Amino acid sequence: MTRSELIARIAQQNPHLYHRDVERIVTTIFDEITDALCQGDRVELRGFGAFSVKHREARVGRNPRTGESVSVDAKAVPFFKTGKLLRERLNGDEE
Amino acid sequence: MSDRTVTRAELAEAVYEEVGLSRNESADLVEAVLNEMSNALVEGESVKISSFGSFSIRSKGERIGRNPKTGEEVPISPRKVLSFRPSHVLKNAINDSLYPE
Repeated sequence: MTRSELIARIAQQNPHLYHRDVERIVTTIFDEITDALCQGDRVELRGFGAFSVKHREARVGRNPRTGESVSVDAKAVPFFKTGKLLRERLNGDEE
Repeated sequence: MSDRTVTRAELAEAVYEEVGLSRNESADLVEAVLNEMSNALVEGESVKISSFGSFSIRSKGERIGRNPKTGEEVPISPRKVLSFRPSHVLKNAINDSLYPE
């Protein structure tokens, strides 16, 4: 399922809404999660999962092809932990 | 860094401010989006949100684990796990914001 298929499914369930409003709703949700992560905040959506940012320290890496050392800057990586309910549903333990 | 936790309530508030539906309906739509994504994943579909990331299901085979307290070997049944792969757009946005040059 892509972003546009997700929008189409929500639009289908909500025939009273304009398609462009459904687009704005979906966009707002992902923008809001992105903005929170950009501030280093956590986004916790019970039952679905939680997004957070993990920090990786600067390190000296190596170019695997040439063996040359290269410095790798500190960076942040987004991380998602699946919520309990969704994890159970994925494994067929409904309720 | 503020160490705040954003929840459904903040997402619903953002939708409310952006689209001008009632607060209740905004909250219902946030729930509908999470539900549609969950249902697709439970059906084994992957979910790809451009410029955000993709969620996909991986099946893990059975393996032997160990109870760390007793050292006892226990079989871990095959299971499905969800993995999230952030898009480059999301990774870059976070790094530009938290680790500016």
